[in-house]
Amino acid sequence: MIRDITIGQYYPADSVLHRLDPRVKLVGTLTFLISLFLFNNLIGYVIAGLFLATMIKISKVPFSFIVRGLKTIVILMLFTVVFNLFLTDGTVLWQWKFIKITIEGIQTAIFMALRLTFLIIGSSLMTLTTTPNQLTDGLETGLAPLKKLHFPVHEISMMMSIALRFIPILLEETDKIMKAQQARGADFEEGKLMERVKALVPMLVPLFVSAFHRANDLAMAMEARCYRGGEGRTRMKPLKYSKRDGMAYLCLVAYLVVLVATTRLWMLFVA
Amino acid sequence: MSIVLDHVNYTYSAGTAYEKHALKDINLVIPDGQFIGLIGHTGSGKSTLIQHLNGLIKATGGAIYYDGHDIYDDDFSKKELRTKVGLVFQYPEHQLFETTVVKDVEFGPKNMKLPQLEVQMRTFEAIKMVGISEELYDASPFELSGGQKRRVAIAGVLAMKPEVLVLDEPTAGLDPMGRDEILDQIAAIQKERGITVILVSHSMEDVAKYVERLIVMDHGSVQYDGTPKEVFSHYKELEAMGLAAPQVTYVMENLKAQGMNVGDATTVEEAKNEILRAWKKI
Repeated sequence: MIRDITIGQYYPADSVLHRLDPRVKLVGTLTFLISLFLFNNLIGYVIAGLFLATMIKISKVPFSFIVRGLKTIVILMLFTVVFNLFLTDGTVLWQWKFIKITIEGIQTAIFMALRLTFLIIGSSLMTLTTTPNQLTDGLETGLAPLKKLHFPVHEISMMMSIALRFIPILLEETDKIMKAQQARGADFEEGKLMERVKALVPMLVPLFVSAFHRANDLAMAMEARCYRGGEGRTRMKPLKYSKRDGMAYLCLVAYLVVLVATTRLWMLFVA
Repeated sequence: MSIVLDHVNYTYSAGTAYEKHALKDINLVIPDGQFIGLIGHTGSGKSTLIQHLNGLIKATGGAIYYDGHDIYDDDFSKKELRTKVGLVFQYPEHQLFETTVVKDVEFGPKNMKLPQLEVQMRTFEAIKMVGISEELYDASPFELSGGQKRRVAIAGVLAMKPEVLVLDEPTAGLDPMGRDEILDQIAAIQKERGITVILVSHSMEDVAKYVERLIVMDHGSVQYDGTPKEVFSHYKELEAMGLAAPQVTYVMENLKAQGMNVGDATTVEEAKNEILRAWKKI
């Protein structure tokens, strides 16, 4: 069950998207996420959807694998849809006492659901095609100019890479502890709310204990290898832009131009 | 009670890049009261197999019968199964969470909804069995030494009085003395209660010394199943699987090659007797 969480997971495959410089993917993902808020009409969603679909195709990550990541936000999605559906003012389509559904409500609900889906898929596509190490490398190099402003770029990227690295480890650990407690008759699935909350204690205590142990061990191992922050630290694989990355940036710009132009024109002529 | 595994298959993360066929067509009959050893190199499917025995993992194919009942039947209580098949995971001390040793061991029997008196009796009996001294009863389990933690964790499962006790490398990371003590205690409990014990181990010496039946797993399937002597006579094949026979088996093989008239042996005791017998003849 816990293995099904895909957010932040890497999917090994050999694709152009996997080989891209992580900085391109970071900038690309960020641009894509921001671009989702630049429009509010159908054609925009079609273009963004097409772009995303092309990226998924190129990435060689099975679509079913990506969709699985959406499961975790189903509740959030439901909330957004329900709130938008019932609380948007406009032309009333159906009414029962104080509950009403408007055309605008349906439209916003669908658009919001789409936007959320795109957001999640877009960002999980990045983590699926980029190893955590590459990601933080990209982040560190990309944010390097901020060092001049005394922004702790290296420390933050190191913390991030450790945090990311620990996600699968802690998930596995949770799975193991849950099983061990289930073997002793613990029940995580049944019971009233209070009972369920109480049932979490036998899982959380060992999990925290082991997390602190691991953190301690890691700190010790880093010190044993003379880690002393980012000062003067070189890399085994320094990031270098290649032709491919330039092309990717071009594609990104093209996407933005097409998106902005079409949605503006659509607004002018159709709506 | 007996466990029957009928064509059990298990695939991890089916349909993804991480897909792994962990168990391939496992057929086993585990009768009452046997002391069974389960060996195989890392990743051979041992841990996956034992988690099937108490229903923590559901087989993707095949059936498992506990005492004649299909454990995947809807009306079969998994919770009850787990009290009957006690599973001690690898490094079980990582599951300790209570404030005192006694409270931690009580967790299992309490989950079984037994009366308070019964819970206490089982708890103290189990703690005593694993050889934890009285002054530690109210200590925090986190203050104990590694070996003591391990014992407390094992007691936590023993307190449920399982009919089948499965231990996944109960001695990993312990010093030689702690290892022998724990295994001796397990063997004593097995005799005393007449329960089935399945011992997963990487130590050929240990399994040779304690078990009466040895199951060898390789790449998700059962390769050998027999008495330790039978299994270890295939030591060349075992080596090809990344396993080995106990050291004394090699000693005896070498002695045979030198022309000494000795039989096979899997434990030091057996080897001693064989050599003495051979000497006396001369």
